[in-house]
Amino acid sequence: MKALLAVYRAQLKTSFLMYLQYRASSVLWLLGMVLEPVIYLVVWSTIAGANGGAVDGYTAGDFAAYFLVLLLVNHLTDNWVYYEFQERVRQGLLSPLLLRPIHPIHADIAQNLTYKFMMLVVMLPTAGALGLVFHPTASITPLSLLLFLPSLVLAIAIRFLVEWSLGLTAFWTTQMSAVIQVYYVGLFFLSGQMGPLALFPAPVQVLAQLLPFQWMLAFPVQLLLGQLDQHAIVLGLIAQTIWLCLSLAMMTVLWHRGLRRYSGMGA
Amino acid sequence: MGHSCAIDMCNLSKHYTVSRRDAGLKAALRSVVRRATSQVVAVDGITFHLAPGEIVGFLGPNGAGKTTTLKMLAGLLYPTTGTATVLDYVPWRRERAFLQQIALVMGQRNQLQWDIPAIDSFALNQTIYRIDPSAYRRTLDELTELLDLAPLLTKPVRTLSLGERMKCELAAALLHRPRVLFLDEPTIGLDVTSQRRIRTFIAEYNRRSEATVLLSSHYMADVEALCRRVIVIHHGQILFDGNLRELAQRSSSYKTITVQTPDEPSRLASFGEVISREEGQVKLRVPKAATASVVQRLLEECAISDLTIEDPPIEQVIEQIFAQGVVA
Repeated sequence: MKALLAVYRAQLKTSFLMYLQYRASSVLWLLGMVLEPVIYLVVWSTIAGANGGAVDGYTAGDFAAYFLVLLLVNHLTDNWVYYEFQERVRQGLLSPLLLRPIHPIHADIAQNLTYKFMMLVVMLPTAGALGLVFHPTASITPLSLLLFLPSLVLAIAIRFLVEWSLGLTAFWTTQMSAVIQVYYVGLFFLSGQMGPLALFPAPVQVLAQLLPFQWMLAFPVQLLLGQLDQHAIVLGLIAQTIWLCLSLAMMTVLWHRGLRRYSGMGA
Repeated sequence: MGHSCAIDMCNLSKHYTVSRRDAGLKAALRSVVRRATSQVVAVDGITFHLAPGEIVGFLGPNGAGKTTTLKMLAGLLYPTTGTATVLDYVPWRRERAFLQQIALVMGQRNQLQWDIPAIDSFALNQTIYRIDPSAYRRTLDELTELLDLAPLLTKPVRTLSLGERMKCELAAALLHRPRVLFLDEPTIGLDVTSQRRIRTFIAEYNRRSEATVLLSSHYMADVEALCRRVIVIHHGQILFDGNLRELAQRSSSYKTITVQTPDEPSRLASFGEVISREEGQVKLRVPKAATASVVQRLLEECAISDLTIEDPPIEQVIEQIFAQGVVA
């Protein structure tokens, strides 16, 4: 455990040095990351205004709070391990990683964490500035803040493991690309990044309950903002725990099968 | 410790499944529905052993099965059949203790992070391989001196030349002082000076650390300089395993006779095939069995001031073996 921590510390430092090399692309990335929720926020606020101030109880201030917290949570749960892994397998970069006496996922986790914390330095002021423009309203209590933290960690872990597993499909190449498409469509429509899921038709809400997407994003956001009742909070934390176990199992199975497969292709 | 064998194997084979399709759009569309696959035998039942501290050259043309064998021994590939142990570990189980004691250096694919200086990647390796700080310091100093790394360590790896990068890659792979070292074409694409440098270094590393080294290379110069023993592989099978000089002697059916003579070279053509002629010096290629009688006749019939008999260059011998697929 101590040795693993040392590896994480070293990997964090290495990643930090790496990212410092890419300041320009980081700024562009930030722009894209911020623009999307701001557009949704403007759209929903306009609808609320035209609707006499609220949509199903959500005021313009509620939307502002939702999308600003979503911006931060999305940043913290987002990752690009899927693309990274695909490239790795395609270009034969995985073999050197397999020679090391450590599971390659650790380097990815450490890299991902570094990036998140680094970018938080610009992300938080950006969210603050947007707050001054859009006037969010929310009732954040100490309890909701306390419960938000584990739900955020679970959301980060689930999304990371699911997308790392998707990356592993590179071993099966094109046969799996349809699955990937379905995942990204699901993430787009059912994670809550377009707006609070409560505003969607009932069948969509049921579907969202059964799939992992909202547990990776919308759930911690609404939990923090006090937009969920006690029942929904408990249900959500249970759902997150189940998805964590499922994604961990999926990752482990795909990893072992994938390595066999990789070996069959000649590594 | 006392391993009787550093590398041991029995009947090791590896078959790949490759998808196959004809050229053209029609074939591409067909392959969407039905993927035709076929088996390729990359390694076909090979057996050899390496004693601790040995340094052995692994020779064969492209596609002979060298890299596949090295990858199996380094734990990257599961064999289709057969068994192997490296330092008494089964490589493809990839146990931590095994991975901490070996290294595989491939000419192209790499350990170093592209965007940061090598020294930062080295520091990461130190923690990953759990290298004790003082041992790390010592090894790094030694490698820095042997490979002349000092000016390279603090530059981002992407700004290094191929030769400089390869030196850093080698150092990265050796920081944990592997007891078994697999080198797959370590000098590929390097200029002659860099090749020589890497070669000298490998010999020195082998001498100092008593590591077992299995080295594949296209360059006979690498093998000649480093390895007394060679293993020749072709179409996945071992053609020869033994002394390099013996291989040369056994496989060449010709000898080269060089004579110093004022005589007209065309006259000498009756003794054998004239392969070169310079001022007063002619090189003749003659069948091995006829060497003695040709030399005798030459001395009797021509005005010879000097005469030498040589085996053909090893490079030529190997080329001939690869072309014919047999060792005489």
